[in-house]
Amino acid sequence: MRLKSWKELETGVVILEPGNSVLYRTGTWRTFRPVIDMEKCTHCMFCWLYCPDGSILVKDSKVIGIDYEHCKGCGICAYECPKKVITMIEEVKARTEEAK
Amino acid sequence: MPIKLKEICNQEDKIASGHRACHGCPETIIVRQVLHTITAMGKPVIAACPTGCLEVCTSPYPQTAWRVPWIHNAFENASSTLAAAWSTYKHFVKLGKMEDRDIKFVIFGGDGATYDIGLQFISGVIERGQHILYVCLNNEAYMNTGIQRSGATPLGAWTTTTPVGKVLPGKTEHRKDIVGMFVANGIPYAAQAAPHAWRDLMTKVQKAVSIEGPSYIDVIAPCPRGWRFPMDQTIYMSRLAVDTCMWPLYEVENGKYRITTRPLEKKPVIEYLKAQGRFGHLLLPENKHIADELQRKVDQDWEELQRRAK
Amino acid sequence: MTEVMVRKAEVKALEGDKAVTEAMRQINPDIVAAYPVTPQTEIVMEFSQFVAEGLVDTEFIPVESEFAAMSSCVGASCAGARAMSATCGPGLELMWENLWVASGLRCPIVMAVVNRSHAAPLNILTDQTDMMGSRDTGWVQIYAENHQEVYDNFIQAVRIAEHPDILLPIMSGHAGFVLGHTLGRVEVLPDEVVRNFVGEYKPLYSLLDIDHPKTFGAYDHWDYFFEHRRQVFEAINNALRVIPEIGQEYGKISGRYYGLVEPYRLDDADVVIMIIGSGAGACREAVDEMREKGTKAGMLKVRCFRPFPAEEVVKALKDKKAVAVMDRCACFGAEGSPLFTETCAAFFNRGLRMKLIDYFYGLGGRDTVPSEFCDIFRELSQIAETGEIKPPLVRYLAVRE
Repeated sequence: MRLKSWKELETGVVILEPGNSVLYRTGTWRTFRPVIDMEKCTHCMFCWLYCPDGSILVKDSKVIGIDYEHCKGCGICAYECPKKVITMIEEVKARTEEAK
Repeated sequence: MPIKLKEICNQEDKIASGHRACHGCPETIIVRQVLHTITAMGKPVIAACPTGCLEVCTSPYPQTAWRVPWIHNAFENASSTLAAAWSTYKHFVKLGKMEDRDIKFVIFGGDGATYDIGLQFISGVIERGQHILYVCLNNEAYMNTGIQRSGATPLGAWTTTTPVGKVLPGKTEHRKDIVGMFVANGIPYAAQAAPHAWRDLMTKVQKAVSIEGPSYIDVIAPCPRGWRFPMDQTIYMSRLAVDTCMWPLYEVENGKYRITTRPLEKKPVIEYLKAQGRFGHLLLPENKHIADELQRKVDQDWEELQRRAK
Repeated sequence: MTEVMVRKAEVKALEGDKAVTEAMRQINPDIVAAYPVTPQTEIVMEFSQFVAEGLVDTEFIPVESEFAAMSSCVGASCAGARAMSATCGPGLELMWENLWVASGLRCPIVMAVVNRSHAAPLNILTDQTDMMGSRDTGWVQIYAENHQEVYDNFIQAVRIAEHPDILLPIMSGHAGFVLGHTLGRVEVLPDEVVRNFVGEYKPLYSLLDIDHPKTFGAYDHWDYFFEHRRQVFEAINNALRVIPEIGQEYGKISGRYYGLVEPYRLDDADVVIMIIGSGAGACREAVDEMREKGTKAGMLKVRCFRPFPAEEVVKALKDKKAVAVMDRCACFGAEGSPLFTETCAAFFNRGLRMKLIDYFYGLGGRDTVPSEFCDIFRELSQIAETGEIKPPLVRYLAVRE
């Protein structure tokens, strides 16, 4: 990516595009990935509530999955899930599995 | 109006993914809870951070995680900075230059910026009655610079400036009672909260932003990196802090104390100490007196809090 | 047109500090955040009275320290306010960290600095160590010689700071006590003339714009920090062009025209004293006295020290036979004062060799009288005659040896 010159930058240290940090993929930090057993999920929303990275995807008050682009794999969701339906699996294994 | 998870989970996060906070960071969990609460109230937010973990992690130019207007000035002065923005807002509304949209001004500051270097500035804002909510993300040390002790670090804790050595067993002083200081300062609303107790925290945020004048919420922020515990136990550690009364949940409204959530069963402090590497040395027989002193202080403070809350 | 305007001006006897508050009242800024410190106290006191009487719309923030004053100005400025403050000596020192934030975030804050020494030893009297000490913080710096200039400079400061090619904070300096607490003749322009001149502040971005959320004061890594700094280098240098433009425009409403430097009997002068601020008054007298005695003496007053008007200084002095540079500050450890070293550099960079000597003078409120300037002129004449500078190059005026 070409970095802007000083003439092209906004005056002052101002960022005009709110929330553009989503462009940064913190998902690459992960060594373990959470996987939700959707059939057993009760949509209590605790995983959503306690996720430091806003990586639990929700639609119409239902959990629909995990944003692996940003999930860092801390495992809080799995630890706090009251029904224990989130499993942490090794990222490498998950990727190998996906590649198949 | 009570906040319902089933409703707020459909709101857009006001702090976006892609921020660089560590795995299992409590700070962004707390910020999400605070911002979702105010958003659910239908109020716009303008936020500020002093220098610290959250500030650095959420604003690496040219990217920002903030979806609300946000400002960082320096380490010690987020309070004066945002309070002046509020004064400007009030001024523009008075002159008819801006519509009054009941904007809430919220600061998220670490304990170093709050208990230590920024204390004077917060005190000034409280005394002048400038209408901001100050949320302290209290991880009990300077985590951003590498786990140095602060005025919020509890007795006996290992930090990189209260190391455990042959003659010193970690921090040799108790932490400050900053809520007590602000209450003495005449703050209309102050509270202690914890991220596991989300309903308690959100209710406090609702109250804090609804009163006229400054308000303060001190939120325990268990830091996996600095406290030395596994990164998936952030919320568990918050629960344990409250269950052992190391971090009681209470509020002070116009000088009146109220315990908002009591532990079902008050657990011994040693359980909290065992769970965190920063207290590991306190389990040694020669340091038992420090663990005992912590328990004594916790019991005394809990008694005092209950007395005040009567 | 000009004459009509000038005649409309009201002549008042004002203390220098009150010349600032009078200008502030007319400008009617959105936010003033200030903390009392001798000898600036007159400014916060009188402005508080204006607020109490409803003479201004300003929201006055009575902060608990100068650091909070500057922090408040930064917060207010980013929120779109025209923000002002006033301080001196130790107060300016306490603001130090935030002076950089104000310029880095491109906040056009206007601040009166009632020049005072730095402790220790504790001393509340005037010298310019405060502003000289903060000369490289990205603030534009202008100094007043007399009461009228205190007033005129403060009004022009608003336009300089808010100019789209600058957008930097500005310090408008005047001597504590010597100007601040003494009465002087000030032609005060009509309120509406001042308000029209300064106009309304239109910020580039505002923190209060909740419909278009912006991030202010982000963290820069090595990949952007230097570019943001480069912008400030550019912006402050633009002031070399803008300050005289605004000085001309101000002349049209007041009859008093301003530039970066001001010559006095300089055209045919052989020996020259270069000076900043109130000391120029006594120096003028010395010039006249020496002229009467047949010495071709002259003075170059430097009004703007940041940015440094190297071109103007060289242009004004390059044909002179000998020049004494007077600096009323204690900036330790360099080969001479800031004004001296920068003047030397300006000549060197243009391939010119000059006979320059340096005087530190007037520290901690020590008065400098015309006869002392006359002595310096005599010394300069000798240098001009012999072409030799007797060491030392850097001197301390009227210090007991």
